[in-house]
Order: sequence, then structure tokens, then C-alpha cells
Amino acid sequence: MTTPAADGRTETRDTFPKLLALRAASGPDRPAYREKEYGIWQTYRWGQVADEVRRLAAGLADLGFRRGDRLIVVGDNRPRLYWSMCAAQSLGGVPVPVYQDSVADELAYVVEHAGARFAIAENQEQVDKLQEIQRRVPGLEVVIYVDPRGLRHYRDVLSYEAVQQRGARRLAAEPGLVEAEANQGRGSDDAIMLYTSGTTGRPKGAVLSYDNLVWAARAGAEFDGLREGDELLSYLPMAWVGDHIFSYAQGYVVGLVVNCPESAATVMTDLREIGPTYYFAPPRVLENLITQVTIRMEDAGFLKRWLFQYFMTLARRVGPALLDRQSVGMVDRLLYGLGTLLIYGPLKNTLGMSRVRVAYTAGEAVGPEIFNFYRALGVNMKQLYGQTEASVFVTIHPNGEVYSDTVGKPVSKVELRIAESGEVLYRSPGVFKEYFKNPQATNDTKTADGWVHTGDAGYLDERGHLRIIDRARDVGRLNDGTLFAPKFIENKLKFFPHINEAVAFGHGRDFVAVFVNIDMIAVGDWAERRNIGYASYQELAGLKEVHDLVESEIERVNRDLAADPRMAGAQIRRFLILHKALDADDGELTRTNKVRRGFIGERYKPLVDALYDGSRRAGIKVDVTFEDGRKGMIEGDLEIRDLAPHPGSGQSLPLRKAS
Amino acid sequence: MAHDPSACLREAIREASPPMTRQRSFDEVLLSVENISLSFGGVKALTDISFDICKGEIRAIIGPNGAGKSSMLNCINGFYHPQQGVITYKGVRRSQMRPHEAAEQGIARTFQNIALFRGMSTLDNIMTGRNLRMKTGLFWQALHFGPARREEIEHRREAERIIDFLEIQHIRKVPVGQLPYGLQKRVELGRALAAQPELLLLDEPMAGMNIEEKQDMCRFVLDVNDEFGTTICLIEHDMGVVMDISDRVVVLDYGKKIGDGVPDEIKSNQAVIDAYLGVSH
Repeated sequence: MTTPAADGRTETRDTFPKLLALRAASGPDRPAYREKEYGIWQTYRWGQVADEVRRLAAGLADLGFRRGDRLIVVGDNRPRLYWSMCAAQSLGGVPVPVYQDSVADELAYVVEHAGARFAIAENQEQVDKLQEIQRRVPGLEVVIYVDPRGLRHYRDVLSYEAVQQRGARRLAAEPGLVEAEANQGRGSDDAIMLYTSGTTGRPKGAVLSYDNLVWAARAGAEFDGLREGDELLSYLPMAWVGDHIFSYAQGYVVGLVVNCPESAATVMTDLREIGPTYYFAPPRVLENLITQVTIRMEDAGFLKRWLFQYFMTLARRVGPALLDRQSVGMVDRLLYGLGTLLIYGPLKNTLGMSRVRVAYTAGEAVGPEIFNFYRALGVNMKQLYGQTEASVFVTIHPNGEVYSDTVGKPVSKVELRIAESGEVLYRSPGVFKEYFKNPQATNDTKTADGWVHTGDAGYLDERGHLRIIDRARDVGRLNDGTLFAPKFIENKLKFFPHINEAVAFGHGRDFVAVFVNIDMIAVGDWAERRNIGYASYQELAGLKEVHDLVESEIERVNRDLAADPRMAGAQIRRFLILHKALDADDGELTRTNKVRRGFIGERYKPLVDALYDGSRRAGIKVDVTFEDGRKGMIEGDLEIRDLAPHPGSGQSLPLRKAS
Repeated sequence: MAHDPSACLREAIREASPPMTRQRSFDEVLLSVENISLSFGGVKALTDISFDICKGEIRAIIGPNGAGKSSMLNCINGFYHPQQGVITYKGVRRSQMRPHEAAEQGIARTFQNIALFRGMSTLDNIMTGRNLRMKTGLFWQALHFGPARREEIEHRREAERIIDFLEIQHIRKVPVGQLPYGLQKRVELGRALAAQPELLLLDEPMAGMNIEEKQDMCRFVLDVNDEFGTTICLIEHDMGVVMDISDRVVVLDYGKKIGDGVPDEIKSNQAVIDAYLGVSH
């Protein structure tokens, strides 16, 4: 659907409630949402959805929801929660989705800051948090729930059905109520507020307008030819801008079918059952999938293993070329075809990717091996770069130009600029309106003529592709002047399946040292195959053999770094393996699993000091928060290892070796 | 993570939430056992035991190992037939009731060491719990047509409801033999629930579980009692669980009853304390 010219019809497509009305009128029987209930996929069609939204909106209006009011939405991906966002928007309100695994404290901040009077929660867990918050934030008046399990004896909560019943009664008296409100909506109105989980400081509420979102939805859809009826599995948090664009905005603009998985634990099965045509996964998920496949292949019989090895090698050579429509020899084509029958087809089927026409990944750098694995299988996996403030899309890989070390070319009307400092700036119709109640931050981020500071350092390469180096703020220098880009080094480490997370230190220091988090599943499996026993994550992370394994992988990273003259001086000289996994609940990671560098540096200061004062061992005690909110303490005694740097192909600056 | 506000919040909820009043009152007696004595040859498993279970309550049977708790449950279930004494269920005196008769009357149970069909999936195991309610004959079931089909859909719906209730969707199709212990116990609970019993006998449902798993199980037990109104009689060793979730407790030791009352009374009963601490008597 191209953006229509100013022909008077634009007013009917500029907000989501209006787009919903359009879809319900033009194709009421086409599928819109799916949800699994009692083991069976239930389909909701556009006509039904419009009806549900209308009744809910009328109910909210009856409860006193006014134009401009905010509706907190918290829970896993459920059609009813998506509908509640549209219901709020129909009345001129602004939905505020929140991460479902937020602790009460984080949720309380958002509720208070947003000044929300209404909230809709998925289940008892979220209702509990909201009721806790109601005691602190009296402004939160109405709490609505969707899943009644466990809520029978709760007071002061309303069920979704109860709200709809009120709505039905109100509509009986005033049938055109919701339509009238919805027609007052304009493209420039606030459509949604998304709180970005900051790596520093408190979250900021980015306000996006309908114009922002509709432009982004169309731009993304046109770039990759999304069609009405394309299937999508919505398993990523609703509070994340990506899910909002893919599941919500594109859902209405393009007419996608949004499938909600049964539970977090069944996502893989649901993926297989739905077979989406349009897929998004963060790099971590992609990596986990490959790890699982590799582990299971190691258990397979000789013939299967041999076939897998042979055909995967072929695929890595031929697959990406086929996807990019480059010329491939006849023999290779035939072999690849055989491979599809024997290996790639069934494997894609197990992964649920048989029908995927385009798949995106974003958020962190993807390891080239991971990227190539999927492209080798024939899955059109591409990188996308964006942020909440851009309504997601800044750059995407165009078809035929997919390189693992870039993030693509600007999408549609996006303009890119690299500042003197190396920071990437962009301007587009998707740029957010403002940070709610934070003009200071808004002015710091957005210039007067609409350019947004991304906070990332990068450059445009000779192909016109954007390459991101690191967070601008984090790029530093070692004492000898070598460029220190912590994320660049951490990503290289994370490419190995055994390393789950890494934190690099080096700014203002003599050399680079890292904390490493091992991947429990991959390393656990590795240990089991070598008959090495372990009883817990802490024990596994402390084993000498595991240290040897990690050391060998860091050696490989160092060799890579040594080959680049700019990075040769930034080779990793010392490392330790953390005894506990970094966790968002402990404030060490953001809710989108980005490392909070400053916080970690402070919390683990004794370890950082030990890395730089030459100690061979270091002790540490940290407070942790268990999943049910209780607090505890984890103590560790960690080994620190040294690595000799590889002679670089460029300058090899003599660094003072740690004594 | 700011510590103070969260801690304050938690204190506030604890104060503000209505306490789980376990002082619930029950009038109707569902099951009563009078003067039950059971012996295996010279071994006296149970001696002159009398107590009752009221409709809708959660009754715990506790006692040191070898006290006769499982034997008591087996008597209620119909596995063992006591040499003396009377069991009255729903106002009707029973004599020599067989296990399948007990099941037909609305008594379902779980087993200490898990008695699931290891090769069958979770869903199939739970469906077997509906066995007694499958009325259509072999002929129709073989054809899978008409009444048999409608019935199967109905049973499947019930089984799915239970799967949803116990949050085991992700292992629906997994053969139970492959499941970890805690999940197997949950599946067994599901199978017992599938029979829609009036009286649910649980033999050490929390055995071998860590704190989180126990909390989950407790939640399910309480929900079953709350949502379906099922009367529950459970054998349990974890005192914390017993004190927290049961309405009344029976204490057995060496086959004799040494205590019977609400948890608070039992906690301070000297005979009970002695039995657990092993004071010779």
C-alpha cells in the first residue's frame, strides 16, 4: 500500500482505529489474530476484532477513560492486549506497554511517570504488581485483567469481559460513540509511549505519533514486499518498539496475521506449527537455535552426522550465493537441491522457518557464522538497525547485498549523517515526537532540524552500507592511544557458542581485560561429553577445563584483533569467568539484554581492580535478587588468567605487561 | 536495584493483604473412618484409628516413617481391607470396597512413587484419568465416529483444561518417562484431577521437590480445593506445607492416632513433638 496522495482519502488511514475500520469493512472474514486455547489455534477475523475493540473502548469510556489518558498494558503477547491498545487509541488515549518481566519497582516508575489512571494486565502475576503499585501511586485507578486464573477472590479488579459488557450496554444507548471518537484522531496525535530501557539512568518515555508508526510500517513493508495475509509469530515483548511495529503497526497497515504463542515455553513448538512467513529474532535466539541443533546433531548416528557435515559445508558455499541471485554452477545447484530434500528442508521445518520469506535480526551484532548458517539454509536473514526513537527503521540490508559486518542501507526516506565525532545521526518521518515530560533529554537527542543522535559510533563503507562500531559513549582509548571499542571486542567473544556475555574494560587502562559469562547449555554439554562433572553454574564456571576452553577462544579473538592494525593494541590480556550470570533482575543488564557497563564496573569493582593489579585470584560477594523477589548473596573466588598478545600485522606497541 | 522501596512495598502488601484464613468451618462430613485396625500377619499397621474428613477441607495425615499413613490411604482407596472398623463415605457404610468402586464413587489418588504410564504422553496419561467417564462401547470407539467422537472431544477439552490449569502445555506430547520427577508428579496430579473426584488422596505430593516446586504444588493444591471444591486428604512430611495449607491434621505414630486437630494445636501437642524427635515411648 503506497502512501496515498492528498486526495481526501488520507484521513481514513492515518490512525490505527481507522485502519481497523477499513480492514473490517473490506475483508471482515480475513484472519487477523490467532491464539492457542486448549491446544487448538483459534482464529479471530477482522470483523470480530473490530467488534471486540469497539465494545472494549465503549467500556473504557464508560469507566471514565478520557482523550489523552494513558493505558498501561502489561503481559505476554495476547490478542486481547493488542486490542486494548487499539481501544485506548480509539478514544484518543495513549497505550503504554511495559515489559512483563519488570519488577514492581520498575513498573511503578512508569505508571507514575506516565500519569496513567488505567491499566490492563494479562494475569495474576501482573495484577499483583499493579495492586502493590496502587498503594503507592493512588493515581492508578482502574486495573483490568484478561486471564481470570487465581483472581477470584481479588477485590478492586475488573475482568476484560466485565468491561466489554459495560461497553455493550453503553453502545446500546449510544451506538456511534466509539466511531465518533475514533474519527477525531489525527495522524499527528500521540499514538504510543514506549519507555526505552536505558543502559544508564531512568527509562525515558519516547512518544511516537500515528504518522511515525504508519510511515515506518509502510516503509518496512515496501522494502521487503510484505503482503496481506503474511503470518507472523509475536513472541517478543510488546513493550519493545520492534514488536509494536511488526505485530501492531504492520498488522493493521499491511493486514498481517498475528499469531500469539501459547506460553513462553512453547514458542519453538508454536513456531513450527504456524510456519510464519515473516520472522524476527534477536541474535541470542538465533544463536541458541544453532546451539541446540549442533548439540542434537552430535547425538545423531554416523550417517546423519556425515550427511549434515557434507551438506552444511556445501550450503555455506552455495546457499548465500543462491539467495543473492548470483551465478552458481549447475553441479552445485543440483547438489544444493538434493541437500534441500535431505537436510535443509527438514531442518528448516524443525526450526519453523520453512515458509519464511524474510527474516530480520537486530539489537546486537550478529556473528558471521550465525548469519551465514541461516542464509546457507536458504532463509533470507537480514540485519536491521534502528531504535525506538526512529520507529525502528534506520537501515536494512537490501536483498542481494547482505553482509555480516554491516547493518545495511538507509530505508526509504531515512537520511544518514556521520558527525565529526563519528556518531551516527539520522532524520526520517519516523523520528519520535519527544520524551514525555523530559524536554532536556529531548533537546539533547533531537536537534532543532530533526536530526537524532543515535549514540552509536559508525561509518559508511565504500558500498554505501552503514557499519556500527560501538556505543559512542563507550568508545575510549587505552593509555597508549589505541582505540578501545568494548562492544566490538565483546561481540567477537560472544560469537563463540560457549560465551554468552562478556564485558570489556580498557578505557584509561594499559590493556584490555574482560569478564566472561559462559553459556550454561553449550558449556554444560561440552563438559558432559568429556565426563567432567559439575553441579551448578558456579561450579561449571570455576572448572580449570572450562577456563582452558575460554582461553583458547579468547586466543582466537586476539588473533583476529592482531590482524587489524587499528585493533592490534586492544588484544585481551587478562580475563576471568564470572561465577554468576549477569541478569536484568539484578540491574546488570537492561530488559533487552544490553550490558550496563557503568553499573557492572561499580558492582564488581574488586574484580576489576584485581584484573589490573596483577592478582591471580579475586574474591567477590554480590547481592542477588531471586526470581520471587527474595534477596541473597553469592560469593565467588575466581581465577584470573593472562594471555600473551599476538604480534600484530600493524604496529605492535610494547605494552607494560602486568606484573 | 534500590533495596529499600521494594522491601517496604513487600511489607506493606503483607500487612494489607487479607491473611489466608485457614480457620474455615466445615459441617458436612464426607468420609469417616471408625476404629480401623489393619494388620499384615503379626505386623499391626493400624490400630483403632478414627477420624473424619469434612467436605471441602484439606486434611493432612502426618507422622514419622512407618506410622501407617500410606496404609490408611490405601484403606480409604480400597486397596487394603481393614480387619476391623468401618468406613463411611457420603453417608453410606462401605464394606470391602474395591479400588475401582472407590474410583467410581469419586475418589482419586496419586502415588508416592508415581504410577504413570511411562510410554504414553502427558496428554494420553491425563485422558486415561477420564476412563471411567467414557461410556461409549468398543464398537463406536473403534470406528471413532458419532457418539464416540463427540465424547472424545469432550474428554479432550477437559484434559486440556487441566493441562492449562497445571501449566504443562509445553510437555503435552512428551512421553512422561522422559520428564523430570517434579513434572511427572504434576502430570499424575493432572490424571487424578481428570476423574473430577470429590475426594482427592495425595500421597506425598511434594516429595523430592525444591522450594520453588513445592510452592507451585501448594498453589495447585489450593487452587484445586478453591476452584473445584475438591476435598483433599494429603500425606506430607514438610511441616511448613502442612501448617500452611491444611485445615486439620491427623497425626499417626506406630499405627496409632496421637493427634487430631487444627495445625496450631498439633504444633504444640507434646506427644507429636516426642514422636518426631524420637523420644522412646
